[in-house]
Amino acid sequence: MPLEIYLNVAISGILTGLVYGLMALGLSVIFGVVRVVNFAHGEMMTVAMYMAVVLFSTLGLDPLIMLVPIAAVMFALGYILQKGVINAFVTRPESTQFLLMIAIAIILVNVLLIIFGPDAQGVQTSYSYDSYAVGPLIIDATKAYAAVASLVVAAVLFAFFRFTRTGTAIRGCADNHTGALVVGLDVSHLYALTFGLGTACVGAAGVMLVLLVDATPAIGPAYTLLAFIIVITGGLGSMAGALLGGVLIGLTEAMAGLLFTPSAKSMFGFAILVLVLLFRPQGILGKAAR
Amino acid sequence: MRALTHGLTRRSIVLLAVLLAVLVALPLFAGDYLITVLILILYFAYVGQAWNVMMGFAGQLSLGHALYVGLAGYLAAFLFKDYGVGPWIGLLAAIPLTMAAGAIIGFLALRFGVTGVYFAILTIAFAEFARIGFDHLDIVNGSGGLFLPVVQHDQSDLWLLRGPPTMFYYVILAATVVALVLSRLLLKSRIGYFWLAIREDEQAARATGINTFRYKMAAVVISAGMTAFAGVFYAFYYNNLFPEQIFHISRSIELIVGPIIGGLGTLIGPIVGAFLLTGLSETLTSALGAVGLDLPGARQVLYGICLLFVIIALPGGVWPWLARRLGLGEPR
Amino acid sequence: MTLLSIQGVSKHFRGLTAVDRVDLDVAAGEICGVIGPNGAGKTTLFNMIAGELKPDTGTIVFSGERIDGLSSDKVCRLGIGRTFQLVRPFPGLSVEENVIVGGLLRRSHVGAASERAHELLRRLDLYDKRAQTASSLTLPDRKRLEVARALATDPKLLLLDEVMAGLRPTETDRLVAVLRELNSDTGMTIVLIEHVMRAVMALASHILVLHHGAAIAQGVPEAVVRDPAVVESYLGAESVA
Repeated sequence: MPLEIYLNVAISGILTGLVYGLMALGLSVIFGVVRVVNFAHGEMMTVAMYMAVVLFSTLGLDPLIMLVPIAAVMFALGYILQKGVINAFVTRPESTQFLLMIAIAIILVNVLLIIFGPDAQGVQTSYSYDSYAVGPLIIDATKAYAAVASLVVAAVLFAFFRFTRTGTAIRGCADNHTGALVVGLDVSHLYALTFGLGTACVGAAGVMLVLLVDATPAIGPAYTLLAFIIVITGGLGSMAGALLGGVLIGLTEAMAGLLFTPSAKSMFGFAILVLVLLFRPQGILGKAAR
Repeated sequence: MRALTHGLTRRSIVLLAVLLAVLVALPLFAGDYLITVLILILYFAYVGQAWNVMMGFAGQLSLGHALYVGLAGYLAAFLFKDYGVGPWIGLLAAIPLTMAAGAIIGFLALRFGVTGVYFAILTIAFAEFARIGFDHLDIVNGSGGLFLPVVQHDQSDLWLLRGPPTMFYYVILAATVVALVLSRLLLKSRIGYFWLAIREDEQAARATGINTFRYKMAAVVISAGMTAFAGVFYAFYYNNLFPEQIFHISRSIELIVGPIIGGLGTLIGPIVGAFLLTGLSETLTSALGAVGLDLPGARQVLYGICLLFVIIALPGGVWPWLARRLGLGEPR
Repeated sequence: MTLLSIQGVSKHFRGLTAVDRVDLDVAAGEICGVIGPNGAGKTTLFNMIAGELKPDTGTIVFSGERIDGLSSDKVCRLGIGRTFQLVRPFPGLSVEENVIVGGLLRRSHVGAASERAHELLRRLDLYDKRAQTASSLTLPDRKRLEVARALATDPKLLLLDEVMAGLRPTETDRLVAVLRELNSDTGMTIVLIEHVMRAVMALASHILVLHHGAAIAQGVPEAVVRDPAVVESYLGAESVA
């Protein structure tokens, strides 16, 4: 096969991977700070995807333009969910947390099923079939825009955590829960804020993903799993790690789909996961002591 | 016998005996539909009990238990279909297979210090490997599915597990009772005490001389081995196996909901959980059908909401709460 | 006969020296006290003996065998029982079950372990509370429970980490009596970390004083408590009447 095909597929995988990375970033923020195992992560993303679909099909609004409003709505939903329901479970055993999030996931998936039915729905924009030619390479316009938007959102989030007071407070909570309480931080508010940021991230990722992939209610679980694989591979607690992990997984999937059968592509993601868990549990960019 | 009943209040022994008697006599006056529902309930009670050994006793959260169900089911079905080997012999082959799979996962996890959420995700990964792997495994027809020859409904062939629902009902009922008795005996023995110690405080357990690696491995392997029966039963009851279904993560999740809702780490928890959840599911289906709200997804939404409610309201699970209410003594 | 021999043992934690080349020999049947201000390295030393930590230098020999670097469960099986500074019984299990777990180390049947457990619970005045959940006990009771659990493993050496902390004087005296009885009846060797000097003076025949990880004094109690370095760093002038 000519080199161009490999490169095109690789680039396609990397760009998609950046969107995955943004999704995983949301999980990293939630898991890393609030320490809740968000098993409804992919399902939340599906909700955002459908929001974009509805806005596009009824009002003709381009998802990229609706990115911020949808993310904002997702933020609010996440905040309320955390403050209202999940907060009580932060100290509960992991198995109970799983079950809580699984129950929420079941509700989300099936509500979407009732409202939208099982058929795939997508977003076809005016630029859906555009592409850029860079030398011998062909780059999908939608993938390029989605990837760029993901990077922008990630950068904004990074800046928030690094340079704002609230961001620093959240990082403090993550590092030392009791210490944070002692210093007088309103931990439950900060947790809710963080969860909201996580869902906003995953919402943004969903909006962009719907440009690349059709939405059905059933795709949530697969993406939840993917998010966990990426976070663990890239390294918990590292934002760059989530993006790197996303790119790695996106690339692996794309190349595996090209070189082997498409149905086996997720197997490689899992293989990487197992290797990371065994030999480098902190992930590629994570800190050593877990 | 004494080991079995020691520590149980008279009330609970009587209740258990009555329940067992009712279940044994049930097919005499219950219709086919009820029997099928009960088979489902007892299946989940059995497999939940097996899973509970790993989680409730040794504290290792497995979210990939469908792996063992699938491996056992496929092996037994394959041996029957291609070599005419009866399911009980197939089971004798399937148990070592699942125990080996459990041993590999357990060893990898424990040796490399993979615990908690990470262990759970590792188990998911292995189940997914199996799902994708079997999809491409031609000797069992891959994604096309493996089908067992179905025979006449009225003859009961216990050896080949071919027969009417009533036969399957008694088989799974017996298995569930055996699982319960086995779990109880294990719990009251030396290994059971060590498991509880490990679950309570692993570091203190080590300081008390317990080789935690060995006993955690034992829990994983025993749990996997017990699950083999569920796989064989599944294969011969439903007569068809698809990798996409049997190894799917929703199967793994399905079988853990019962024990967690019922009461993690308790013996009766998985059974109570199975009754509750399947009962709930069936009730919702009928209720929605009656009201005409038969939308796909409607039942699951209500199911999810009920689940949510129980999780929030009864943190220890339903059984501990129920046991206290009924004055049955400390739930174990 | 020397049961436990610690030679030149050190432990560093990223630039902080927690234990600095400590030597200690404990004779069989002896009760040895380890005292010193907080942060002196006493628990770290214990953790190295018990197998929770591996020493950076030095050797620890128990009953003729080198044990430094062995895992904590292996060390327990070799005959060293320990309690924790922040008490850790198995919270969800009953008092009885806690001790049975210990007893099962060297007994294969729950019945035998149960008998041993009852024996020990009687000795430690916990028999009446044997059916209570460990987490429902008071702190002094939980401490005694931990001692019972450690004793159930039939150790040759018992490491007690601040087992008198938080006890009222009468409770302290009672526990001191129990430990003394244990030592005279069974020849159990005991090493105890203690701040409660009353207990140390009543029990120990040999004291090691640690300060900033290093041994600053060692010897018979009467001499050690008068040692000027010890007085200055830990005991204070008033204690030496």
